[in-house]
Amino acid sequence: MIPAVFDYAAPKSVEEALKLLSKHRNAKVMAGGQSLLSLMKLRAATPPMVVDLGRIRGLSYVKKKGNTLAIGAMTTHTEIASSAVVQKEARALAQAAEAIGDLQVRNRGTIGGSLAHADPAADYPAAFLALEGSVVVQGRKPRTISAGDFFTGLFATGLKSAEIITEVQIPLKPAIAGSAYVKMKHPASGFAIVGAAAVVRGSGSAREVRLAFTGAAAHAYRAKSVEAALRGKALDEAAVREAMRQAADGVELLEDLAADKEYRAQLVRVFGQRAVLAAG
Amino acid sequence: MAVSKLFGARIKRRDDPQLITGKATYTDDVKLPGLVYAAVVRSTHAHARLKSVDVSKARKHPGVLAVYTGKDVADALAPVPCAWLVPGCDLKIPPRPVLAVDRVRYVGEAVAVVVAQNRYLARDAAELIQVSYEPLPVLVNQEQAAQPGAMQIHADVPNVCFSWKLQGGDTEAAFKSADVVIKQRFRNTRLIPNAMEARAVTAQYNSGTGDMTIWVTTQNPHIHRFVLSIILKMSETKIRVIAPEVGGGFGSKIPVYPEDALIPHLARELGRPVKWAEDRRENYVATTHGRDHITDLEVAAKKDGTLLAFRGKTYANLGAYASLAAPGVPTILHGLMLAGCYTISAVDYTVHGVLTNTTPVDAYRGAGRPEATYLVERMVDLVAFKTGLDPAEVRRRNFIPKDKFPYTVVTGVSYDSGDYDASLNKALQMIGYDAFRKEQTVARKQGRYLGIGLCTYVEICGLGPSPVAGAVGFQGGLYGSAMIRIAPTGKVQVFIGESPHGQGEKTTFAQVTADQLGVPYDDVEIIAGDTANTPMGWGTYGSRTTTVGGGAIFTACGRLIEKGKKIAAHLLEAAEADIVFNDGRFSIKGSPDRMRTIQDVTLQATLAWNLPAGVEPGMEAIAFYDPPNFVYPFGAHVCTVEVDPNTGETALLRYVAVDDCGKVINPLIVDGQVHGGITQGLAQALLEEAVYDENGQMLTASMLDYAVPKAFHMPRFETAHTVTPSPHHPLGVKGVGETGTIASTATVANAIIDALSPLGITHLDMPFTPRRLWHEIQVRKGGRP
Repeated sequence: MIPAVFDYAAPKSVEEALKLLSKHRNAKVMAGGQSLLSLMKLRAATPPMVVDLGRIRGLSYVKKKGNTLAIGAMTTHTEIASSAVVQKEARALAQAAEAIGDLQVRNRGTIGGSLAHADPAADYPAAFLALEGSVVVQGRKPRTISAGDFFTGLFATGLKSAEIITEVQIPLKPAIAGSAYVKMKHPASGFAIVGAAAVVRGSGSAREVRLAFTGAAAHAYRAKSVEAALRGKALDEAAVREAMRQAADGVELLEDLAADKEYRAQLVRVFGQRAVLAAG
Repeated sequence: MAVSKLFGARIKRRDDPQLITGKATYTDDVKLPGLVYAAVVRSTHAHARLKSVDVSKARKHPGVLAVYTGKDVADALAPVPCAWLVPGCDLKIPPRPVLAVDRVRYVGEAVAVVVAQNRYLARDAAELIQVSYEPLPVLVNQEQAAQPGAMQIHADVPNVCFSWKLQGGDTEAAFKSADVVIKQRFRNTRLIPNAMEARAVTAQYNSGTGDMTIWVTTQNPHIHRFVLSIILKMSETKIRVIAPEVGGGFGSKIPVYPEDALIPHLARELGRPVKWAEDRRENYVATTHGRDHITDLEVAAKKDGTLLAFRGKTYANLGAYASLAAPGVPTILHGLMLAGCYTISAVDYTVHGVLTNTTPVDAYRGAGRPEATYLVERMVDLVAFKTGLDPAEVRRRNFIPKDKFPYTVVTGVSYDSGDYDASLNKALQMIGYDAFRKEQTVARKQGRYLGIGLCTYVEICGLGPSPVAGAVGFQGGLYGSAMIRIAPTGKVQVFIGESPHGQGEKTTFAQVTADQLGVPYDDVEIIAGDTANTPMGWGTYGSRTTTVGGGAIFTACGRLIEKGKKIAAHLLEAAEADIVFNDGRFSIKGSPDRMRTIQDVTLQATLAWNLPAGVEPGMEAIAFYDPPNFVYPFGAHVCTVEVDPNTGETALLRYVAVDDCGKVINPLIVDGQVHGGITQGLAQALLEEAVYDENGQMLTASMLDYAVPKAFHMPRFETAHTVTPSPHHPLGVKGVGETGTIASTATVANAIIDALSPLGITHLDMPFTPRRLWHEIQVRKGGRP
């Protein structure tokens, strides 16, 4: 539980951090350190250089910018979970933040760090996908990556090596009628065996449901066939249960000691249903 | 018996403030001038020949002082011994080298060690050691390892290294006359003890005097000194073992481990103090595990629920070597408790101790008794199910009646006292048993799975009389010891041979001493854990410290009071026979004003200016208390659950524990012990399981995968007591450190199986994970969701 030798830098600005990253090709970015440090202690990660974003000011905030909810990448899980704005505008995200790890982890861990790490069982990805968010990325040139394009595989994202997430954005139009995140916690790690986030926008025949799962597959995914089946429908238990039969269709489910594929598929259906009913 | 104001008081643990504010000293906190650090290289193979261990790169690494392999220490260090040589079972002990020499037998076995200027350099250098393995076939499962023709793990010892037989009564006749015979296979899971503090050793050798001081995470410093003198080939008198604060053990810190000898040896070789602290990953593979039984058991019963006999066999997985107490745990501490609380009249039971390519298994909280209770209490429920009788009623019909104690059960042990009906009735009343059964009937009609589970347990603890220890092959005594020294100012120091490490005796023993001597509680200090200043004692395990240590304190106090009477009589110019001692005062019978306090008497004893003829100066007394028998705490636990058929999750609705540990010295501490014990037992039932793959690699090798219970996993515990004092103990106390663990696993197992019984389920193996229960429900429903 002792990391291999590594260098450490604590830049004061994003620009300085980006310079360090382009200079040190194999450097790892550290935000809250809650994932990276554990991997380093296990020597599962042995980066020669750690670039700590903790001294950069101005990356920790929650604010409404017009029709967008903007969250600084270094905002901690605790800050997001307890933010009145997030609770009001995008409750699923606050619930996902609240569901992460334990108090110590929530006080240190950040939304940008968690998304960039892309753990298949992390809580945010489901909410981020269902809320149709995006990340603002600084690198050689600034760009925005939408949630749908962000998760590309097991611990893999659309981020390039010398890029840093600076902001997470959630669109608030069309208006969110309700959203929820529910999970089955792994009894040891606290990660999601399956986590489900649902977002309902609009009403009546214009009602749109977004439903995403984490913990179930190599990366979080949206259950688009369920979403289609629920479009414009009244979200009663029978309708939701029926739609949820397709929630794991075409998905290569994970298998581990906590859940084999069959059981995981059942959890996808059960927690998917709970999420939609809680959001609707 | 002077049991007065402090005995029974709800006093907070006096050592907690320093423990929770970081002021305590653990082994890893010991800092010494010139201290260097060791890192251990461990086998990554479960079974392999060691072709070569290349340490050349590590030796050249900056800051490295030395690197040792098995060959380098083989001559200097004797093998790590096993110390529970259970007789009559053809026990053979495989030699266990401190560092593996030509073969490794489990993942985690120590292969080499690096010593460096700091722990970071030591770990970096350890990574540079290249071990070349030639893999051998691997045996993980004890039943397979026990098959004839199975590959032998040790050259000179068969895999089945003992077969212990227990026979009592006429089993054959019992089975012939039975109305009901039920066979069941039971799997008792392998557990990882997970003490909050992993193991650590710090050692300092003075080459001038030849003195060795060893700080080590142990539950029994005197046993460590004894055994380490053998491995290190040093005189015991040159070894001082100190157990500073120890962050839990749960049995895993009883054994003497290879590192406990290795680190002192390195200090001796290098002339520098050396420290090694295990990390959590090492802890999971290098520190002993618990349980791991496969049992086939049959019960014979009458249709009125009368239990007649048990017949069966257990394969106990010992791991790759016989750890210090390992042979005694699944035999003496397990088989002898197979009668439970019942008058069952015959038993025929064999336990095979089997060596496998896994981490050694030894005592874990309850040590053999939870396994026995699980078998007995599951079997009683199976009898209830088969006969259609209520599980509570089957228990009542078979209880040893309270007026029959002391009672010798069919296994041969003699229970000291008990009132099993009283604890069961209290537990049933607290949970509202009949009302819950009605609620359950209604719920079942709605397709809900509510269950209620009972466990009426009895356990053997307070280990124990030394002659019995000898008779069952325990290579030590089992008495308790106390040396009490009253300082000239009247402050009291109590040096005990036992070594509490979280159980609370620093508080409870101060209560007992203060009561006995009539001094203020705050004037009493309990000192433990250092072989240099404590009398010989056998350590803290087996819920023994309060009984044997309490007995020793009681006796030593009595000796001081006797001496004080002589001195007081002399000072008061009265006859010794006329002196009464009460509440810290020696007074003349009938004239309470003519008195001397114990502080006065102590001062006079210490100055020795005016002592009666034949009385030696000083107020010190030592006592060794060897109990006449074990103590047998008992109780009834009951819990209610609801299983969600959609997810297989179990909700613990209520948990009621009625325990009888005799007289209670400190209810707060007893509650703490009960809560912790229940939690560990529930965790076995619901969460924990150490899993190996067929190559002997552990699949649950970290806290990310192995579920240690957390507060949110647990229900609120409703605890109560009945009080049936031990008739042979001067304070009337029994042990309570393990009762919760012994009772709770079976309690929740019975509740979950009761919940699922409408599906025709009569038994399931632990742990009752959501995944397992959901699959079982699907199978029983004969369909898919």
